[in-house]
Amino acid sequence: MFGKLGWDAIPLGQPIPLIAGAVVMLVLLGILAWVAVKGWLPYFWNEWITSVDHKHIGIMYVLLGLVMLLRGFIDAIMMRSQQALAFHAQGYLPPEHYDQVFSAHGTLMILFGAMPLVIGIMNFVVPLQLGVRDVAFPTLNSVSFWLTATGALLVNISLVVGEFSRVGWLPYPPLSELRYSPGVGVDYYLWAVQISGIGTLLTGINFVTTILKIRAPGMTYLRMPMFCWTALASCLLIIAAFPVLTASLAMLTLDRYLGFHFFTNEAGGNAMMFVNLIWAWGHPEVYILVLPAFGIYSEVISTFSGKPLFGYRSMVAATLFICIVSFCVWLHHFFTMGAGGDVNAVFGIASSIIAVGTGVKMYNWLFTMYGGRIRFATPMLWSLGFMTTFITGGLTGVLLAVPPADFLLHNSMFLVAHFHHVIVGGVVFAVFAALIYWWPKAFGFRLHEGWGKAAFWCALAGFYVTFVPFYIDGVLGMTRRLQHYDVAEWRPWILVSAFGVLILLAGAVCQIVQIIVSITHRNELRDTTGDPWDGRSLEWATPSPPPVFNFAILPQVHDAEAYWDVKRRAREMNGSGLEPHYEAVEMPRNSPTGFVCAFFATIIGFALVWHIWWLMIAGLVGAYATFVVFAWRDVPEYVIPADEVARIDRANRLARQEALHGASAA
Amino acid sequence: MKPVGPVIATAVQRALLCLAAVALAPSLACADSIFEPVGPVGRGDAIILLDALVIMLAIVVPTIIVTLAFAWWYRASNSRAVYRPDFAYSGRIELIVWSIPTLTIFFLGGVIWIGSHRLDPFEPLPSSAKPLEIDAVAFDWKWLFIYPEQRIASVNRLVVPTGRPLHFRITSASVFNVFFVPRLGSMIYAMNGMVSQLNLEADEPGTYLGLSAQFSGDGFPDMKFDSVAMPADRFEGWAAGARGARLDRAAVGALLKQSRVVAPYTYRGVDASLFDAIASRRLGPGEGPASGRSGAGSQNPMPHGDAS
Repeated sequence: MFGKLGWDAIPLGQPIPLIAGAVVMLVLLGILAWVAVKGWLPYFWNEWITSVDHKHIGIMYVLLGLVMLLRGFIDAIMMRSQQALAFHAQGYLPPEHYDQVFSAHGTLMILFGAMPLVIGIMNFVVPLQLGVRDVAFPTLNSVSFWLTATGALLVNISLVVGEFSRVGWLPYPPLSELRYSPGVGVDYYLWAVQISGIGTLLTGINFVTTILKIRAPGMTYLRMPMFCWTALASCLLIIAAFPVLTASLAMLTLDRYLGFHFFTNEAGGNAMMFVNLIWAWGHPEVYILVLPAFGIYSEVISTFSGKPLFGYRSMVAATLFICIVSFCVWLHHFFTMGAGGDVNAVFGIASSIIAVGTGVKMYNWLFTMYGGRIRFATPMLWSLGFMTTFITGGLTGVLLAVPPADFLLHNSMFLVAHFHHVIVGGVVFAVFAALIYWWPKAFGFRLHEGWGKAAFWCALAGFYVTFVPFYIDGVLGMTRRLQHYDVAEWRPWILVSAFGVLILLAGAVCQIVQIIVSITHRNELRDTTGDPWDGRSLEWATPSPPPVFNFAILPQVHDAEAYWDVKRRAREMNGSGLEPHYEAVEMPRNSPTGFVCAFFATIIGFALVWHIWWLMIAGLVGAYATFVVFAWRDVPEYVIPADEVARIDRANRLARQEALHGASAA
Repeated sequence: MKPVGPVIATAVQRALLCLAAVALAPSLACADSIFEPVGPVGRGDAIILLDALVIMLAIVVPTIIVTLAFAWWYRASNSRAVYRPDFAYSGRIELIVWSIPTLTIFFLGGVIWIGSHRLDPFEPLPSSAKPLEIDAVAFDWKWLFIYPEQRIASVNRLVVPTGRPLHFRITSASVFNVFFVPRLGSMIYAMNGMVSQLNLEADEPGTYLGLSAQFSGDGFPDMKFDSVAMPADRFEGWAAGARGARLDRAAVGALLKQSRVVAPYTYRGVDASLFDAIASRRLGPGEGPASGRSGAGSQNPMPHGDAS
């Protein structure tokens, strides 16, 4: 009846996951009860759960990403404390638990932390920057989000029902095959990543379509803000790379469920092929994350330097260069499999060639600051922290791209240090820069600067104290994923790193306090103009938060810096001109399709993990029925009358004129 | 006449290696640092690593300094800095911006090309001595080192002579592992159904850390071994004196069962076809966990031989 699922799936012998799971469930139930008692359920249902507004979906993505970032950080604390204790000892986490922790840490941080954060920011910002009202396929966007949430939910269910994967964030066979991993952990991983992967692929299609086909009148390709370019490159990579992930995981699934032998040790299976395929996705994945991060830095550095982005066309070229070359370097993840001098050299050189594109970007940011008038607001601090940190992370990456050097450092703590260096210093710093930069646009008030700066300095210091010791341990021969060890020379650096995690924890606390303090003081921090940073692109032309239709009149774009151009003209004309002629606006209707689909996807995933076949079929039928119902609907849009549009927009125009007057008077 | 360029380059590289060793000395002096190599391969790898590091530092350090300098000088409160709000393009700067990284990577590309070929793990080392053949097999979770010429085998302890090239054939009887002795140099994967090759050499007698550099399951942290280098005559003595049971199919069958923290021991009398049988999948694969979710306990595969 319930497949492999029985009472023994609940890890009653392991208090840590059980208590953690219980606490999370209590908190969730508490929030639900509170919302129900307050009578907010209809609000959440109408404005968020069924919303197809790209802004609301973006905010939900970011929220999901932040929660998973926190969960992954807790895993990190467990790993650091385990290694601090496990010198000539077993520590407090036995291997079967420790192995789950590092597998979950990697999976969560990359696929359910960083990805939702980056995609969430794209969701919120791209349509606003393009000067349009929504993405190309609004309901599909909602489906994407909820499928991602399903994946995250499945990973977290594995905490209390069964176990999570114990084979690392990439399930290398043969270890991940049934013979060596008979538990449900790898199955949880497979279905969680497959389901969320579908969501990500749909996002890629959605945004490529949006950026290529739907832009404000006059916004040619070379007038798009840099962030849109990087989002486009990132989504092109998603479309090209995620099917490879889906296919390679599907083959592993066939091995595990139907006795195939793609990657097994028997019947001619070839595990190396999995490694080859998964990195053909895995390496572009890194650039899927970091390209939008580069876009964020471009926006922030330009805005806070009070200058246009230096070498815009070069930046576009460098972005597309990285986008293409990043697809030709995956073999550097397994130089040590012995491909031979020619192959290793070609991929080594290709990998370091990426540094040309990154180097160009670095210098262009540098010259964006040159001749600028730099304001050190928190987003700019994160960007400067990135510029100085990422460049050394890139350096160690180039070292690893040199095959003979990789023969000494592959899979070592040096490697762990390198990818944390570029992902934390590149992607995570960008996410926090973006969070603070676009927060006022999303919620109508700025975030508290003091707490933000405290969070930045803690994160920067904590980052170095945590990860520089990893480099040293790597040089000392320490390999990754050790549950215990007995080499005395490694120990001091492990302890320093554990101390670094405490500093990072302080940073995380400051970041949370920043958000709480800002919410309680929101009236003092209110952004009335819609343009709190003296911005340059179109999102700052909308009020904060923007109305559901973003732009009452689609803006006419004349310049690469559309809103800067508008502001300059307005100043020259001493006012922003005549009131436009308002027309009714059609907007897509809310749809519960995404949420309902994800509900059934969760059931399907869970049923497949536990081999509950009838439940899986029920889930499939439900998901298909949802799709049919959606396809059958007659009225996809609703109309906001012209009067209403005019009423909303007049307030915005008034505030803007006052701001411009104030600026010119001063 | 000897060409001067390479000699100087080699001298500079040696100096770099010494510098790296000295810089890290306080904590790393007696450790298994990759900057304290004890063989030509480790030395070659480390020198390439340091070369690449120096090449990269030459542009990274100035860039960081200029970044901080620009950020500081052009701060909004500095009235002496000239504000140029429309300075967004300069062909000359663009040229420099593209050429600095390109030239650097050109240079580094040469290092990569030469290094990848010269230090290809499969390539035999230039030496007049005949290499010692060693067949390494990764099991869950122990290493087996077969010495086909000496007809002995050793578990979790690698003994090698100094000053003689070592030729490894490496495979796995179960999941992926990576054979790695940090101070000897290059690591390489051990994979079921495949044979990797590795050529190493040890200069100095000593006991060095050896480990697996690829996570292989719950027993992975104990997948380590002592790598003992000794003078050739002592090595011959060790090989002649190694005692233990015969390594045959039955003995391999015991090794295929999962076990952790296996104390080193030896076999005398080795069926020479065993390595090929494992590598071609006629023997094995490793059995995996005995039951359910928690994996196997730690029974010792050692039959009745004596630990050495």
